[in-house]
Amino acid sequence: MGEKKRIELDYSKIESDRMRLNVGPQHPSTHGVLRLEVELDGEIVTEVVPHIGYLHRCFEKHAEKMTYPQVIPYIDRMDYVTSMNNELPYVMAIEKMLGIEVPEKVQYIRVIMCELNRIASHQIAVATFGLDAGAFTPFLYFFRDREYILAIFEKASGARLLFNYFWIGGLAADVHPTFKEDVLAIVKQVRKTNKEIEDLLIYNKIFIERTANVGILPPDVAINYACSGPVLRGSGVKFDLRKNEPYSIYDRFDFDIPVGMGEVGTVGDCWDRNIVRMREMEQSCRIIEQAIEQMPNEGDVQEKLPKKIKPPKGDIYMRAENPKGDLGFYIVSNGTDKPERVKARGTSFVNLSVLPEISKGYMFADLILILGSIDIVLGEVDR
Amino acid sequence: MTINEIYEQLKEEYGDSIIELIENPPCDSSIIVKAESIFDICHTLRDKPGFEFDYLMCLSGLDLGENLSAVYHLYSMKHSHKVVLKTIVPKDNPKIPSVEKIWRTADWHEREAYDLIGIIFEGHHNLIRILCPYDWEGYPLRKDYKEPEYYHEMKVPY
Amino acid sequence: METTNFVYNLIPNETIAIIVISVIPLIFLIVYALLAILGELKISAWIQERLGPMRTGPWGILQPIAEVVKLIQKEDLTPDSANKPLFNLAPYIIFMGAYASFAVIPFSRYFVPSGINIGLFYIFAVGSIAVIGIVMGGWASNNKYSLLGAMRSVAQIISYEIPGAMAILSVAVLASSLDLEKINIAQEGGIWNWFIFGGQGSWSKIWVFPFTLVLSLIYLVASLAETNRTPFDIPEGESELVAGYHTEYSGMKFAMFFFAEYANMFVVAAVLTITFFGGWNSPFGNFMQGPGWDVFWFISKAFFFVILQIWLRWTLPRLRVDQLMYVGWKVLLPFSFICFLFISLFKMIN
Repeated sequence: MGEKKRIELDYSKIESDRMRLNVGPQHPSTHGVLRLEVELDGEIVTEVVPHIGYLHRCFEKHAEKMTYPQVIPYIDRMDYVTSMNNELPYVMAIEKMLGIEVPEKVQYIRVIMCELNRIASHQIAVATFGLDAGAFTPFLYFFRDREYILAIFEKASGARLLFNYFWIGGLAADVHPTFKEDVLAIVKQVRKTNKEIEDLLIYNKIFIERTANVGILPPDVAINYACSGPVLRGSGVKFDLRKNEPYSIYDRFDFDIPVGMGEVGTVGDCWDRNIVRMREMEQSCRIIEQAIEQMPNEGDVQEKLPKKIKPPKGDIYMRAENPKGDLGFYIVSNGTDKPERVKARGTSFVNLSVLPEISKGYMFADLILILGSIDIVLGEVDR
Repeated sequence: MTINEIYEQLKEEYGDSIIELIENPPCDSSIIVKAESIFDICHTLRDKPGFEFDYLMCLSGLDLGENLSAVYHLYSMKHSHKVVLKTIVPKDNPKIPSVEKIWRTADWHEREAYDLIGIIFEGHHNLIRILCPYDWEGYPLRKDYKEPEYYHEMKVPY
Repeated sequence: METTNFVYNLIPNETIAIIVISVIPLIFLIVYALLAILGELKISAWIQERLGPMRTGPWGILQPIAEVVKLIQKEDLTPDSANKPLFNLAPYIIFMGAYASFAVIPFSRYFVPSGINIGLFYIFAVGSIAVIGIVMGGWASNNKYSLLGAMRSVAQIISYEIPGAMAILSVAVLASSLDLEKINIAQEGGIWNWFIFGGQGSWSKIWVFPFTLVLSLIYLVASLAETNRTPFDIPEGESELVAGYHTEYSGMKFAMFFFAEYANMFVVAAVLTITFFGGWNSPFGNFMQGPGWDVFWFISKAFFFVILQIWLRWTLPRLRVDQLMYVGWKVLLPFSFICFLFISLFKMIN
C-alpha cells in the first residue's frame, strides 16, 4: 500500500509555490517547546529548520556556581523522564576523579533503578510515538504501567520524577524492604503490557504502513551525526555502551543488544527505531531479574566522603547509556568544591540534529513521526 | 591504540602543530594542538587507517580566563579507542577552523560553543546562536559575563 | 403497507405539522449528540482502562451537558485576519448539511419526515454540502493548518464519496428504487431478507451475499472517511495539523463543528442501516414488528454503527494522506465497481 520509496521530485521541472509552516513552539506533537520551520511543497517537506532554546535554563552556568553534590538536582531536570540515568554518568565521573569505589549494594541498586527508568522512558517514547501516529489507547496503557515504576522510585527516593537519588559515593537512601518483590512484579507487568502493545500497535497494519520506510537513517549518516541509543541501533549499528564499554557493573549481566533489521521496511526507518525500544524493554527486564538475584541484602549505601568534595585538578569525560542514547558529562575541576565547567552532551540535542537530514522528501505527517521516532526531550535539548 | 601512541604518530606527522600531551590520572589525558591545524588533524584522525575516529562524542568550549579553549572528545566505533584534543585560542581573537565538514554532528556543538563561549568557528556554514535568542548579546558561559539589564525592554535580573 | 406520517393525522393544520415534523429530528439529534458524546467518553475510558468522567451526576452521565454549557460560555473568538462572513458562516453550513439529511431518514413507517422518492440521492447530495463548509472554514481562518486540513478534507470526502455511492447504488439496483421507504419495505420479513443477504427472493440470492457483504464494508470504510473519523481523521489529524480546519474556532462555533460531526456519524450509520441492515425491520420476521418497534430497531441498529465508529477510533492509528487516497481510489473503488457489476448482472438474470 502506498509509495514504497522516498518521494523524489525533480524540482527543476516542477514549479510550485512553497509554503513555510511554523510548527511549534506550541504544537501537540513537538514533544515540548521545539519550533520547526518547515518548508512544504504541497504536503511534501522540502526543508526543516529546527529552532531550539525555548527551554534553555542555563544548566551549565548554574553548575559553575554550585558545589558538586548540588549539581545533581539540576541534572535531573535535563531529561526529566530519565532522571536516574542522567545522574549516573555525573556521579561516576566524580567518583572516578576522587578515586572511590562505591559499595556493592549501591552498584546493584543503581543498575536496577537505571533499567527501571529505561523501561519507563521507552514506554513514554513508544506511547508518544503511537500518539503521533494517531493511536491514543496504547499511550494510556503505557502510562498506567509507568505509574507502578514511579511508585517504586517514590518509595526509594521520595520523588516521582526528579529524584536526586544517586549521590556521589552512594545513594540518598536505602531501598524499602519489599523492594525486590515490587520490582519483580513490575517486570511481570511490563512484559504483559508489551505483548498487548505489540498486538495492538506495533504489528498493526496501519501502523506499519505509516512507519515502515519512513525517515530512513543510514548507519554511516547516523555515526557521522553521532547519533546514539535506539536511533543509532535502529540503523543496524550494534553499539551499546553497556556492552561495548561496560561501566558500573554491566559486565556481570547477560543481555542482548537489539538492532533494527528492517523487518517490515528498510533498516533504519521509524519502525526499526521503535521496535528497538520495545525490545530493549525486554532486555532491561532481563538485567533487572539478574540484578535482583545477585543483589546483596545487607550493606551500606553511602561511602565515607569528606565534608567538602574537592576532586583533583583536571578534566574528565564520562558517558553512560541513557535510554535515549549516550549521555556524556565533561567536567573540569579546578581543585575547589565547585566545578570550573560542567558540559552536558545532551543525547536529544545530538539526536535532534539529524532531523533535517532524514526528513526531507517525506510527507508532513511523516515529519511528525520521524520526530517522534527520534524521541527527544526538550529539557535535554535546551538544557 | 592508546593516547600515547596516537600522540607519537600525530607528532611525527604534524610536528610543531602538536604541542603537548597532558597526562593527569585519574583524569583524562589530552593532546593539546594548535588551533590552525585542528581541521587537518581531525581529518587525519577520522580517515587514516588505524585511527578511524568516526564518532565525535562531544565538543565543548571552555573559558580559561585569558584564553578560550575547545575540547574534542573523539571515539572510534571500529577500534573502540578514544582521544581528547584541546586547542587554546586567545580571547580577543578566538578563531578555530570548523570541523563541521568532518563530523556533521559538530554543526550544533560548534553553534553551541559559539553561542555560550564565543569561539568563532571559521568555515562553519551557519554559525548562529542556538540556545540563546538570535539577537542575544554577550557569551553567557564566559567567566566575566555580565547579564544585560534589559532585553527587549524586559528586565533581565529578576 | 402504505406508510404515512403520524404527525399529519395528529395535527390538522399543515403548516404547524410541517414545523413539528422538522423539529422532531432536531430534538432527536440533540439528545442523540449528548448520548454519543457520553458514549465517546465512556467507551474510550473502558477501552483504556479508565473510569472516564465520574463527577458530574451519577457515573458522570451529565458530563455532555456540562460540556455543552462550557462551550456556550466560552468566548467566541474570530481571528483578526480571518474573512469574517465566511468564517462565521462555515460552521452553520456544515451543520446544515448534516441536518438536511434527516429530512428523508425514515425512523418508522409512521414517521418519514419527507417521503421523497429519491431519498438516497438526496442524502448524498446534501452530504456534500459539508465540504463547502469545511473549505470555507479552512480558508477563511487564514491559518495554514486550517487550509491544509480543508484541502485534505475536500480531497478525502470527494474520493470516498465515489466508492460509497457505488455501494449504495447496488442497493438501489436490488430494491429498484431510490426511495428509502421502499428500500425498507423491500427488506421486510426477518434478517434473511435484509439486503446484506440479498433482499427478498429465492435461495439463488446466496450468490449475491459475498458482494453485498463487501459493499457494506466498503460503505462503512467510506463513511468513516466522510465523517473524518479515525483512521481517516486526517483533515483534523491532531498530531500534525493541531485541529485541522477548525483550529481557529472556539465556543459555540466549535460546538457546531462538533455537533455536525456527531450528526454526520448518525447519518452514515442510518444510511448503512437502511441500505444493508433492514432499516426499521425487526430481524425476527413479524415478531417485534410494528410502527413502535420500528423506531426501536432503527435507532438501535444505527447506534450500533455509531458505537462501532467510536470503537474504531480508539483502537486504530491514523493513515497518511497519500495512503488514504490509495485506499480510496485503488482498493475501494475497483472493488465497489466489481461488486456493483455482479449485483447488476444478478438482478438482470433474475
